[in-house]
Amino acid sequence: MNIGVVVFPGSNCDHDCQHVFRDVLGQDVTMVWHKESSLAGLDAVILPGGFSYGDYLRTGAIARFSPVMQAVKRFAADGGLVLGICNGFQILLEAGLLPGAMLRNKSLHFICRETYVRVEHASTPFTNTCKPGQVLKIPIAHADGNYYTDPVTLASLQANAQVVFRYCTADGVVTPESCPNGALDNIAGIRNAAGNVLGLMPHPERCAETMMGSDDGRAIFLSMIMSCERKPSAGVH
Amino acid sequence: MPPITKDLIAQHNLTGEEYQKIIDILGREPNLTELGMFSVMWSEHCSYKSSSVHLKKLPTTGPRVVQGPGENAGAIDIGDGLCVVFKMESHNHPSFIEPYQGAATGVGGILRDIFTMGARPIALLDSLRFGELHSAKNRHLMKGVVSGIAGYGNCMGVPTVGGEIVFSDIYALNPLVNVFCLGVAHTDKIFRGTAAGVGNPVIYCGSKTGRDGIHGATMASDSFDDKSEQKRPTVQVGDPFTEKLLLEACLELMERDLLVGIQDMGAAGLTSSSCEMASRAGNGIELDLTVVPRREPEMTPYEIMLSESQERMLMVAKAGMEDECLAICRKWDLDVAVVGRVTGDGMLRVSDQGKIVAEIPAKALADDGPRYERPYQPPSYQDMLTNLNYDVIPDVKDANAALLALLESPTIASKRWVYEQYDHMVRTNTMVRPGSDAAVVRIKGTNKAVAMTVDCNSRYCLLHPYEGARLAVAEAARNLVCSGAVPIGLTDCLNFGNPERPDIMWQFVMAIEGMKDACEHFQIPIVSGNVSFYNETNGLSIYPTPMLGMVGLIENSERTMTQWFKAEGDDVFLLGSSREDLGGTEYLKVVHAREQGSPPYLSLEKEKALHECVLSLIHDGLLQSAHDCSEGGLAATLAECCMSGTEHTFGAVIRLTRGRLRKDAVLFGESQSRVVISATPVHRQAILDRATRYGVPVEVIGAISGTRLVMYVGDEQSTEKVIDQPVAMLHDRWALSLERTLSGA
Repeated sequence: MNIGVVVFPGSNCDHDCQHVFRDVLGQDVTMVWHKESSLAGLDAVILPGGFSYGDYLRTGAIARFSPVMQAVKRFAADGGLVLGICNGFQILLEAGLLPGAMLRNKSLHFICRETYVRVEHASTPFTNTCKPGQVLKIPIAHADGNYYTDPVTLASLQANAQVVFRYCTADGVVTPESCPNGALDNIAGIRNAAGNVLGLMPHPERCAETMMGSDDGRAIFLSMIMSCERKPSAGVH
Repeated sequence: MPPITKDLIAQHNLTGEEYQKIIDILGREPNLTELGMFSVMWSEHCSYKSSSVHLKKLPTTGPRVVQGPGENAGAIDIGDGLCVVFKMESHNHPSFIEPYQGAATGVGGILRDIFTMGARPIALLDSLRFGELHSAKNRHLMKGVVSGIAGYGNCMGVPTVGGEIVFSDIYALNPLVNVFCLGVAHTDKIFRGTAAGVGNPVIYCGSKTGRDGIHGATMASDSFDDKSEQKRPTVQVGDPFTEKLLLEACLELMERDLLVGIQDMGAAGLTSSSCEMASRAGNGIELDLTVVPRREPEMTPYEIMLSESQERMLMVAKAGMEDECLAICRKWDLDVAVVGRVTGDGMLRVSDQGKIVAEIPAKALADDGPRYERPYQPPSYQDMLTNLNYDVIPDVKDANAALLALLESPTIASKRWVYEQYDHMVRTNTMVRPGSDAAVVRIKGTNKAVAMTVDCNSRYCLLHPYEGARLAVAEAARNLVCSGAVPIGLTDCLNFGNPERPDIMWQFVMAIEGMKDACEHFQIPIVSGNVSFYNETNGLSIYPTPMLGMVGLIENSERTMTQWFKAEGDDVFLLGSSREDLGGTEYLKVVHAREQGSPPYLSLEKEKALHECVLSLIHDGLLQSAHDCSEGGLAATLAECCMSGTEHTFGAVIRLTRGRLRKDAVLFGESQSRVVISATPVHRQAILDRATRYGVPVEVIGAISGTRLVMYVGDEQSTEKVIDQPVAMLHDRWALSLERTLSGA
């Protein structure tokens, strides 16, 4: 499987994603400079975490104008798997590939710590190696992860099984206290209506090896690999 | 240009003799631009004029040393063709004037020092000192500094993996912000700040030059008074996004083998980078300011040469490679220009609009500044500080209350409120996160890991600067050892008051002697460092604070150790022995409001034996945990062992023998060369035998059990239960103390 990791100016989890897919999971990884206009030959695309364009103006607001985002939109429209992690999630929101917006964390601080998230739907291309309701321990690191959307959109996300991950306790109970940032409905990750684009605030690439304290994040990447292996390459763009 | 008057010379912090030396060097009077260039290069901050005669005494060599002091950072070989490049620097003065930007640009500056050497930065640590948090001003300073560190480091994608914070009102008007950074480079691809090769192009890359930070180095070389906050315009403004682009551009230029030398434009900006690079190579440099990218069109040569705008690099490229260099910098959206070339005549020759505006021998500017052997003598109050009659201090009655007070005191309390604001996991190397004795990061592509700690007990240093410095080295090394690492190198950041005062100079000289003796004994070379004098406001000086950043190597990263207990039923041991070491302790300060006495006794031989013993136990996989015993003594150490784990907390039942010691000395004394370890009972005899073989006193003091911390202290006659607390409650007080204090602000 050939995974593309997009490098925006200011991306800083690009190497971490490359490391997990290439060195831990043995996949091919292509680093995609943000000025590229084609994603040909790739099976899936990651928009990594970081501070694209310094998060100046608003998180993800400038990166969405990078030339590569046109290609990402086409790639997604053709059914290719797109995973946005943290700043990547914020870019997907700004680009309109996912609904909603990120507010500043409720504490107003940047927060870096372990969180627990519950897999709400295990039938997605990003969670098919998980059990429904499985709890994953995955760290967060962001200042703007307080997911928000209007009530109508929220209702439709819930009705269409688009809320894929919710913050919870270690035992899998969704409580206000287990939500680190104030996100609406404890939302940690959502997918688009078609199901092939996922935005996720926690960083699964930071917990894909036991020596990092947890390898729960691996399940998400293994699911993506499984999904891609099941279907022929989407890379004709 | 205005004439050079006495006032103007004084405004530039130059003495009459120094000005005469400038005239002797030039053979004429300097113009204003030249005066400004000399003033920044000969400032204390850049020239080390008061410290260099003493710094020479420090041990700087060893079999692993790849680069010692004198470059942008030091480098130590870790095998596999790799080296670690590290340094620590202060940004104290700017952080007091403008805490967010002061701290942020402190992080930016040290990061550039590391990647200038060709190393990718992989870890940051910070040592911070503030006044006590009951003052709103101190809370404001702390919040600003923490946000500034977070704002810059997080954006750069370099994890802040550890550090330490100490609170004392002596720092209220002189907070300390010391930032340590470590990077990894290929040993055969270290870059240095050298302008070699006559004719080679000199390239400017990074942010545009603005009017910010002019005379920052001079400000950092002066004492403060009530008007210091008016110096805000001399503080630079950081742009971590540009620095991130600069980092990636520089590493790409280095990988393509396009550069001869490179140096960041830190303190004294374009002046220091150009003259130092030229001087190291024995060459000269010609600069044309007309093409220097600038923010404002009307800037004078004086302003351009002295600007401390951040995120700028000066590079000497291989001749003919200009276009490739420019293309890479432009790919990363950076300003870039060929601003000069290397010459063979040793002169730093600066022109603007076709006219020569400064012409100074580069070596004179960089290296021939004044050197002072300033007089030193112990202060008259020194004996008053150390002479303490313990008979007037009653022994502890309520040890539970004393323990809680210590755990809640901000110096000992958990720093979670701080480190959760720092991205400490990015780059996916962090094996031991903030909150253990040392931070540990793995080195990808090898089986190795590197441990790092920053340390200094400045109260010990106040009470006895020589002993305090030795104790700082010993504790830093002990922290690394408790993580399973062999100490391999050291960087220092020496924060002191005004060196023109003999008592301050005495503190400095004594501290250097102490560091020297301890480092020589442990064979730990000092490969980089920084001196920050004039930490004094309205005549009140900070405690002498020779901050240390020490680096250790773990050959087998699977043998990495942490401080917290791991399993119910494990044995708890004390390695080392307790003495009546109450002087200078956190206990005396928190419970008895005294910062007095002699600091704890230290035998370097015993300390070294302890290190070897602990390393051997960890190496052979006999331990579950190891925690250095320091501030708050054995009681606080044991509480931390119980509650600092990330997954679980544990209780413990501990029995200590008192002998002839005071009860408070047993519980809260800070005797050195002690480590609390835990192990599964099956290893008990092996551990006892091993410690005895290394000549280290050892005792099983209890077991991990239940959910309470229970401590008994006994002598020949009787045993008394002195501490009995639910660990959940201790944890609550300790973990949330800072948050409670700061959220009330």
